[in-house]
Amino acid sequence: MKLLTLNFLTCAIKTCKSSPSSFPLHPRDAELEIVEADLNLKFLENILPRLMWDELRVVVDELGLPTLPPTIPTRADLVAPSSPTSSSSSSDPAPSQTARDLHRILIETCVREGKLVCGNCGHEYAVKEGVANFLLPAHLV
Amino acid sequence: MTSIPPDPDTTTDTALEIKSRGEEYEAQHVHSVYEEIASHFSSTRYKPWPIVERFLKEQPDGSIGADVGCGNGKYLGVNDRVFIIGSDRSTNLTRIATRHAPHSAIVASILALPHPHNAFDFAISIAVIHHLSTPERRIEAVRCVLELLRRPSTPDAQDGGKALIYVWALEQKESRRGWDEGCEQDVMVPWVMKGKKEGGRKAGRKGRRRRKQGDGDGVGEQEQDEGSEHQMGAGQGDQEGEQEEGQKEPGDKTYLRYYHLYRKGELEHDIEEAGGRVVECGYEKDNWWAIATPKGDT
Repeated sequence: MKLLTLNFLTCAIKTCKSSPSSFPLHPRDAELEIVEADLNLKFLENILPRLMWDELRVVVDELGLPTLPPTIPTRADLVAPSSPTSSSSSSDPAPSQTARDLHRILIETCVREGKLVCGNCGHEYAVKEGVANFLLPAHLV
Repeated sequence: MTSIPPDPDTTTDTALEIKSRGEEYEAQHVHSVYEEIASHFSSTRYKPWPIVERFLKEQPDGSIGADVGCGNGKYLGVNDRVFIIGSDRSTNLTRIATRHAPHSAIVASILALPHPHNAFDFAISIAVIHHLSTPERRIEAVRCVLELLRRPSTPDAQDGGKALIYVWALEQKESRRGWDEGCEQDVMVPWVMKGKKEGGRKAGRKGRRRRKQGDGDGVGEQEQDEGSEHQMGAGQGDQEGEQEEGQKEPGDKTYLRYYHLYRKGELEHDIEEAGGRVVECGYEKDNWWAIATPKGDT
């Protein structure tokens, strides 16, 4: 499960959703893997305004990955400055290092095994073979 | 074309069974079946329905979506300029759905989705809500989908997130099942898994088969008919009104799934009950569909 997914996940228990501590879910005993994927600059640019950056930084820290910058990159930060020698008006803009880093973190870094824990109720959701399972036991539905 | 009598293989529920409907009932008559048939089911599900495809393609680039009850994730392949989180009750189907980049898929119940409220630009729930076995649970399921969506900026604004919902229709007298107005709405629908050694037989029969629109293979949803008969092995149900059991051969296995067949207007009613507004709705090949949006806070 790619880390971008965590940006849109909270506890499945209804009463937790109103509590700010239910987001983001906290990875525990996580085994990460890199799943290589083509970098889609447009996709990154488009997704940027939807990222909950502070929460994403928390998750990245908890996973022991290199800390993200304190402020979210801008759209312009994702595009490499075009070199003055090349006439690049017709070609697609190239991704910057920032874009490549973001792609690595959001898209290519995946939780393969482990748990996702709600900061409000403490419920643990298992991740197995890259698939997170949010089915609740009957008494919690 | 004359109408076809309701499939005798489709059993209706007794009053006793109705009482027992709910989570447990669905676990037995829906969830465990899909888990069993996941791989076979998936091989018959790859052609997107046009209205769903159009809905997904008209979402602005960078939109965030949910595909609730995503099955094998066939709709996750339609638009790679948006980000969709698919969810399904079946782990086996979800595993297949995770293969669609750049999207994501998780195991979850439609009634307990692990998403923040008001966070999604769009949602789809295709051929899912008809599997919930009481009116209350179906309305709650619609509410759960609507809760994911961005609220409109003012109570009357049209800028809220939108959900496309598809359910199987009661009115489908042209289909092989032959259901129509007045028929029982809560039905058990067979899925036949063919055993081995069917190849020669299948080829021999192909020539005199006559397909028609909505001619189900003991499966239900229309997509089965559109692109997959070669995959299905076609054994079951290739003659109108003939029940699967008659075609069943040694080694075949029949699974029954619960469906609630929606009558005209019922989906819109459920959306209203769930606090939504119907933006657009219609009927397409044995299914009712609607695009719904949450009402603004008043």
